[in-house]
Amino acid sequence: MEKPKTLAKLRAEISSGATKAVDLAAGYYDRIAEINPRLNIYLSLSKERALTQAERIDALAGKGDPLPPLAGIPVGIKDVLVMQGAPATAGSKILEGYRPPYDCTAVARLEAAGAMLLGKLNCDEFAMGSSNENSAYGPVRNPVDTERVPGGSSGGSAAAVAANLAVATLGTDTGGSIRQPASFCGVVGVLPTWSRVSRYGLIAFASSLDRIGPFAANVRDAATLLGVIAGYDPKDATSSTAQVPDYAAESDKGVEGMRIGVPAEYFAEGLDVEVCAEVESGIDALRAAGCSIKPISLPHTKYAIPTYYLVATAEASANLARFDGVRYGYRSAASDTLSDMYSHSRDEGFGAEVKRRILLGTYALSAGYYDAYYGKAQQVRRLLAEEFLRAFAEVDAIVTPTAPTAAFKLGEKTGDPLAMYLADIYTVTASLAGICGVSVPCGTTSAGLPVGMQVLAQHLNEGTALRVARAVEAAQS
Amino acid sequence: MSDKVTVEDVERVAELAHLQLTPDETGAMLHDLNAILEYVAELNELDTAGVLPLAQVTELMDATGGGLRSDVVEPSLNRAIVLAEAPETDGVFFKVPKVIER
Repeated sequence: MEKPKTLAKLRAEISSGATKAVDLAAGYYDRIAEINPRLNIYLSLSKERALTQAERIDALAGKGDPLPPLAGIPVGIKDVLVMQGAPATAGSKILEGYRPPYDCTAVARLEAAGAMLLGKLNCDEFAMGSSNENSAYGPVRNPVDTERVPGGSSGGSAAAVAANLAVATLGTDTGGSIRQPASFCGVVGVLPTWSRVSRYGLIAFASSLDRIGPFAANVRDAATLLGVIAGYDPKDATSSTAQVPDYAAESDKGVEGMRIGVPAEYFAEGLDVEVCAEVESGIDALRAAGCSIKPISLPHTKYAIPTYYLVATAEASANLARFDGVRYGYRSAASDTLSDMYSHSRDEGFGAEVKRRILLGTYALSAGYYDAYYGKAQQVRRLLAEEFLRAFAEVDAIVTPTAPTAAFKLGEKTGDPLAMYLADIYTVTASLAGICGVSVPCGTTSAGLPVGMQVLAQHLNEGTALRVARAVEAAQS
Repeated sequence: MSDKVTVEDVERVAELAHLQLTPDETGAMLHDLNAILEYVAELNELDTAGVLPLAQVTELMDATGGGLRSDVVEPSLNRAIVLAEAPETDGVFFKVPKVIER
């Protein structure tokens, strides 16, 4: 499959005038018109906005002016991130036709850095899912094998880069929704530390877990995008004021002498044999690059999925209360009273998985059950987070498989919500702890399916995770 | 933590969440909620006495958020653009069905 060109190459071509941004955008829209009907990656296109940007970049290049860091780079945006005037469905019927009145900060920062916003990318409804099969607008198909899922919930974001329908994209990750699809589609996905990237303009699922992060075809380009979107935003009071390093430069540093932890719990029962072998080959590459590999133990790992599904659903039940048929989105016609209007609009507008999670979260928060479920989960969350902090006193980074299997087939897990939840077994831990990570391709199975390695690092140490990912990537080529 | 969820529980929670479930949906949710709650009961194996709940992670980091913005009036969203997205308005307010019967 044709890979997107690197940012450095595209930028040089646009800067010299060898490539016009308007032609590049038109070329990508042609590819989308040809390929999208088969893969269902884009839900809507923002051609006018992308072409306006393209003309601006070409004018700058024509004058010989210095170009911004992402000048003329075609990017796609997950449809849970809002763009003023562009449809934002969050993969849900309840937001069909909605056109938000403002821009998401991360999206606005990409555009201010010169990127061309091609359009909005398909995803699981309200980012709830691990296969993209929960989108009200149909599943995305994995470009590597169209009978298989691209992963979720940012399936469109991962598949767009894999199919070269964008050079880079933004996704969101609440329990693995960037890392797992990156692994399934064979691209790089970055989970920034919670608070590193403003969440303003992200349609909320679980606020203490939600993060926006980039996808790209290589680690350095993902690092460049992260540098553009990271940093304090007055519109998100929880965004970190910590200085934003030059992540691309950080990723250039070698890994010699780094201490890499390999937690036994992530290589236990349930891990596919071929996935295990590919991740171990990635670990060998790190050893060959001069890292010291240390076996470690994270014994609370097995409690992460139950903890995650209580915390995330409780927060979702509160966040999704805003969809009430009053201010935006779908309103049921079948109601005479306000109360009926709320409940009919929500029942007709939400899909099954969203209802399941709202009900579970409401139950976990309800009188008589709060301490036993939500309270207990918050306590275990602390144990999980502290376990990571102790590990990072001994090692610089932790490496694991991103997911227990390669991409599974469409329909394979849709009948069993619990089986689907277990697709996130290696990713929810970092979500709960708030630490950062990268999923980087580390090999393929005998059937040709990509396998991703997850590299985790301490809070705000994205540079470390990116360096390790670069070393794994370098061993692939 | 291991009490079985009943149909009445599902109906009560659906009412709290403003979801009008069909009888088929109620049955499916009953099955799924019991399966999921049975699974999460695994957390009971852990003794968490004295462990403080962790609601979000900034306390674990050296750097913190920027805190509250200063309390000054700034331009807000354009009313006409916002109201244009609503199912029903009178141009100034959102309109909803009757709240009180009389």
